[in-house]
Amino acid sequence: MLSVKGLKANVGDKEILKGLDLEIGRGEVHAIMGPNGSGKSTLAHVLSGREGYTVTGGSVTFEGQDLLDLEPEARAHLGLFLAFQYPVELPGVNNTYFLKAALNAIRKARGEPELDAVSFLRLMKEKLKVLHLDDSLLKRPVNFGFSGGEKKRNEIFQMAILEPKLAILDETDSGLDIDALRIVADGVNALRSPERSVILVTHYQRLLDYIQPDYVHVLAKGQIIRSGGKELALELEDKGYGWLGAEEAA
Amino acid sequence: MSASTAVEAIVESEYEHGFITEIESDTFLPGLDEGVVRAISARKGEPEFLLEYRLRAFRHWQTLATPRWAHVHYPEIDYQAISYFSAPKSQDGPKSLDEIDPALRETYNKLGIPIEEQMALSGIAVDAVFDSVSVATTFRTKLAEAGVIFCAISEAVHDYPDLIKQHLGSVVPHTDNFYAALNAAVFSDGTFVYVPKGVRCPMELSTYFRINARNTGQFERTLIVAEAGSHVSYLEGCTAPMRDENQLHAAVVELIAMDDAEIKYSTVQNWYPGDAQGRGGIYNFVTKRGDCRGARSKISWTQVETGSAITWKYPSCLLRGDDSVGEFYSVAVTKGRQQADTGTKMIHLGRNTRSTIVSKGISAGEGQQTYRGLVRIAAKAQGARNHTQCDSLLIGDRCAANTFPYIEVKNPSAQMEHEATTSKISDDQLFYCRSRGLTTEDSVSMIVNGFCKQVFNQLPMEFAVEAQKLLSISLEGAVG
Repeated sequence: MLSVKGLKANVGDKEILKGLDLEIGRGEVHAIMGPNGSGKSTLAHVLSGREGYTVTGGSVTFEGQDLLDLEPEARAHLGLFLAFQYPVELPGVNNTYFLKAALNAIRKARGEPELDAVSFLRLMKEKLKVLHLDDSLLKRPVNFGFSGGEKKRNEIFQMAILEPKLAILDETDSGLDIDALRIVADGVNALRSPERSVILVTHYQRLLDYIQPDYVHVLAKGQIIRSGGKELALELEDKGYGWLGAEEAA
Repeated sequence: MSASTAVEAIVESEYEHGFITEIESDTFLPGLDEGVVRAISARKGEPEFLLEYRLRAFRHWQTLATPRWAHVHYPEIDYQAISYFSAPKSQDGPKSLDEIDPALRETYNKLGIPIEEQMALSGIAVDAVFDSVSVATTFRTKLAEAGVIFCAISEAVHDYPDLIKQHLGSVVPHTDNFYAALNAAVFSDGTFVYVPKGVRCPMELSTYFRINARNTGQFERTLIVAEAGSHVSYLEGCTAPMRDENQLHAAVVELIAMDDAEIKYSTVQNWYPGDAQGRGGIYNFVTKRGDCRGARSKISWTQVETGSAITWKYPSCLLRGDDSVGEFYSVAVTKGRQQADTGTKMIHLGRNTRSTIVSKGISAGEGQQTYRGLVRIAAKAQGARNHTQCDSLLIGDRCAANTFPYIEVKNPSAQMEHEATTSKISDDQLFYCRSRGLTTEDSVSMIVNGFCKQVFNQLPMEFAVEAQKLLSISLEGAVG
């Protein structure tokens, strides 16, 4: 469903991604690990269309479409979702209102009928239950005044509502204590389906204790230098990135 | 015969008589002197006391110079080049909606305004189509049952001369400032509201107004008196931009609240801001003041200002009664070349008086915006409190926002709080919204509406919804 070939991207004058290849099939969960500065977050941002990154080579296709030509919202309409490493606060914007607008924008773009308030409320109640979340979340402004854990949970909740085909979780485990990590991981597991693929961008093996990936890739110096099954993550935990010759990037 | 063909017929028939028609003779030649003031008063058949009042104001105005302290720039206004009286002129307006600026029609459509109302707002004579008469009559009966007086101030002068004599100019005297003096001398028409003792006005005085308050002219005068224990909510303006040929607007609004009375005054102002170069927009120089004359009285101003080329406006509260309360909630938007110098004054005179100021300024394009607020605690205002919150939001990097708070405290028991923030819509916020599937414009609109929420919450329900829409339309194309 996602095919990344020889992707090169700059931030300013600096080349961060240096020819990256990645193939993700439907329903697969891929973990992308790597040391600081290896290009993990850059990959997540380039895939979701953030400004400030220049693609200098290679291609990305998502379900047969050239992703790189599309605006961020068009990528969302196709079924791409980015769970942010640092979710952004929107003061005064009600969480329910925000999500309803987002979901209906996506549905409209796909030619599906928009959901009315009642159906939407029902959908939210259902997803809250699946994720074991409290409904106080709905009445608050988006991420505003949320704790770190609440913000990450809210990202997972948004993902549940928007039902993407491909979710990219950018260091969703960072800054979470072990209980919050478990809640977030349970949420992601509850949303696993044969129709939904997931990219877990992470620094540490510990997230993979809770979310079992199908594949693990090691990203270093802007390239995937090793791919394997979930045992690769354990090996990394044991030996460190240096074992693969992937020292901290300059 | 349809309304438009009827109008065409009239216009054509008048044309046969040349350019000097009866209608044109109802508009005074440009210029202002004592003769003009007398003529205005005579044309309206006003009682002697009002003519005297106008003349006193005019003589005082002649001694004044244009105020220059506001943070706005515009060419000198030639007060002798303005015509100070014009009778309602439905016949010389546009004949059909096809003659209206397409941009204006676009806005109407986006606001979902019915076609008849669009025509009315554009100045097309639509009495034949528009069922305003029966609606107005229904409202009038209902109000009369409650004892509420709600009429044009020119009618009130004849029907309730004692009330007018007693209250007109008692809050904003003709000596108050340059524009107030000018207004007092030449005011065209406006609204009078009187709520008797203990009466709660049975409806928002809004829908009615939207239908009826056309052609009130450029020097509008509003007077609202709420007797002891009464309550009234008044909505001025309209979310749709009004077609208007007068460049200078200098209105005066006076509110009087007696013991335990409450007046809620909401404004949505969306006058023509001028073209992209700032040409031709409305200059809006308004004096608005509420007098909390009675104990425990309350006056609350809520305004959403998105129009006009220049806005100069400080709705104020004189907190004279003990335990009286003043509130000011404002959203002001400047974009393109718009300039606004707006804020409020809270004058604490009585004991335990309280005031709240929440001002939200949004600047986009090359918009220039200034918040100017005065909070004064007089020596005898024991236990007075004020809370001021003043937030500015910048969109783009060519606009500006300034804040000039003035605080004068003469009583040591006063409690003052002042918070001010300036922020920009961040790229992070925009990207976050877009990554969830929202377009850039929807994202901006959502973030801005979130920013203004505290103020919109103060507006009457159906109006809050329109204000949100209006804000989104105003900011279209502001980013990117």
